[in-house]
Amino acid sequence: MNRPEVIKSCNHQISESAEGDLTIHLEGGIGISNAAHMTRVLYQVLEDKPQTSVTVDLNKVNYLDDFGVLVLVELKMIVLGEKAEFCLQNISNEAGKALSMYNFDLLGKRDKPYKRTERQGLLIRLGEATVRQAADLKYMISFLGSICLSILYTCLNPRSLRRDDTYMCMQKTGVDALPIVGLISFLMGLIMAFMSAVQLQQFGANIYVASLVSLAMTRELGPIMTAIIVAGRSGSAFAAEIGTMKISEEIDALFTMGFSPTRFLVVPKVIASVIVVPLLTLFSDLFAIIGGLIVGVFTLDLTANAYISQTIKTLALFDVFLGLFKSGVFALLIAWIGCLRGFQVKGGAASVGKATTSAVVSGIFLIVLFNSIFSVILRYWE
Amino acid sequence: MGRQAIIEVRDLVAKYAEETIFDGISFDVFQGEIFVILGGSGCGKSTLLKHLIGLIPPAAGRISVAGCDICRSEEKAFRDMLKKIGVLYQGAALLGSMTLADNVALPIKEYTDLPQVSVERLVKMKLGLMNLEGYEDHLPSQISGGMKKRAGLARAMALNPEILFFDEPSAGLDPVTAAELDNLIIHLNSTFGTTMVIVTHELESIFAVAHRVIMLDKNTRGIIAEGDPKYLRDHSENRFVRQFFNRLPGLANEAEGLEKR
Repeated sequence: MNRPEVIKSCNHQISESAEGDLTIHLEGGIGISNAAHMTRVLYQVLEDKPQTSVTVDLNKVNYLDDFGVLVLVELKMIVLGEKAEFCLQNISNEAGKALSMYNFDLLGKRDKPYKRTERQGLLIRLGEATVRQAADLKYMISFLGSICLSILYTCLNPRSLRRDDTYMCMQKTGVDALPIVGLISFLMGLIMAFMSAVQLQQFGANIYVASLVSLAMTRELGPIMTAIIVAGRSGSAFAAEIGTMKISEEIDALFTMGFSPTRFLVVPKVIASVIVVPLLTLFSDLFAIIGGLIVGVFTLDLTANAYISQTIKTLALFDVFLGLFKSGVFALLIAWIGCLRGFQVKGGAASVGKATTSAVVSGIFLIVLFNSIFSVILRYWE
Repeated sequence: MGRQAIIEVRDLVAKYAEETIFDGISFDVFQGEIFVILGGSGCGKSTLLKHLIGLIPPAAGRISVAGCDICRSEEKAFRDMLKKIGVLYQGAALLGSMTLADNVALPIKEYTDLPQVSVERLVKMKLGLMNLEGYEDHLPSQISGGMKKRAGLARAMALNPEILFFDEPSAGLDPVTAAELDNLIIHLNSTFGTTMVIVTHELESIFAVAHRVIMLDKNTRGIIAEGDPKYLRDHSENRFVRQFFNRLPGLANEAEGLEKR
């Protein structure tokens, strides 16, 4: 059948016998451009004429594609719905091919719109969610176990560590994050100094701005801010990278080549993070103190010397090491949850997006949770 | 029927970075024919296909598809051309977040004003044609590769396009499904007069469906054979072409020059 350049509008004529038998003579072509129009026209034709049978004459139809077949099916559905009879006559060669291709006789008879997944009851959904969460927790723990084993293996066999990957990961997670970590910490120091100065000035205790900024940053905010930035930058990247590898069957390929995906992909990331995040935290502390120093010197009439010596006097080595220890733990959490979410990816692109979001959100939650735990422990320890 | 060209390619030059893939190739695809682009691996078959559907602009030359010069036409004309073509990608390229039915319904809803019920019925018909009845509600990740391919074809022909492009349609299909797909291609072609442009190197499929083939070559960066595949198999003057069609080993990488014997 030749496809017409433009499907001319399809004409129809109606003849009606005395018994109420309706015959619709179609002429022309029915295709994508006029299918919607024809459906409406024919619907109107049938609407105001009660009939016992409807016959469609296709003698002069010169083009009929699947949209045309659809129009006829719609017509048939309406007619059969009215308990009238429906038949086609004088089917032209062109129309016949399309009709037989789609099995016109079967169409519309056992036709229900395709089922959509029904929403389950509240109790069922709650139960399913609980089971899912439990399975998730189980997987989280077993994944943590497999990371621990892999790291242990790497410690015993240091040659098995993929050095290039680890260095690359250190650069991406650490060096590349330095500008943003530095800037944010600097501004944090600035803000803290400003806010506290307003209060402390009232007592003439300007010099304690230095103590406040340095102590708060090294013990609490430095590690937390750095970890949050790393979670946003690198935790999400871990999840997206591993998730995409999972979808494109690269993880399966690693497995069949005899590599342990955890050892191959996760260990370099964990080791790199645990090394560079504490270093980033050190920089963060330093930049925050510089921020505070600038406020102190320019608005509080402190000398730089006085500010620095007050800072040194306040900070104990313990505070710095505590901050570094915490950020090491945070790094572990970020790498763990990022890789975990990556490995949990199933299906397609949307799932990668979900894993990335989840990596950041769970990462930040875990960081804050563990920080609280540390605070409680320290409260009773010191 | 006058042989009217629906795709015209003139002096097409394609480059990836500095590497020239095609050096001035020209050919026509006629309305209503099944046209196969073939060649050894890495000769640029898929690149040529991407040029034809406007994904890659050519470095030089002219491509006209369904009356639209895709390099120089305006946005509107180009979009109208896109409605006249359907593409089956190698990995089917179904949208992973949508069910099969929604994937197929997407272009229909966008470009026609059929009521929702009719769209659903049409989608059912099209998926039924691909033997995918009952899978309307599945996500692409829940079905096999062969089913994905068939669903991809259902989506490609959703608007009953004038030209269907296939990128390696039978890759990854079992012989039965591949043969069914070939039958479907022939059937669609004879029923609706759809022009088919197929990139493949499945010989059986080529002999079964192709009306005309062109064969690309990596070394000469051009077309080394054009015509009926069965004739080329038996009578081509080019050694490499005969070898390709007869599935003979060796020499595949020495095709350059190919002194005609």
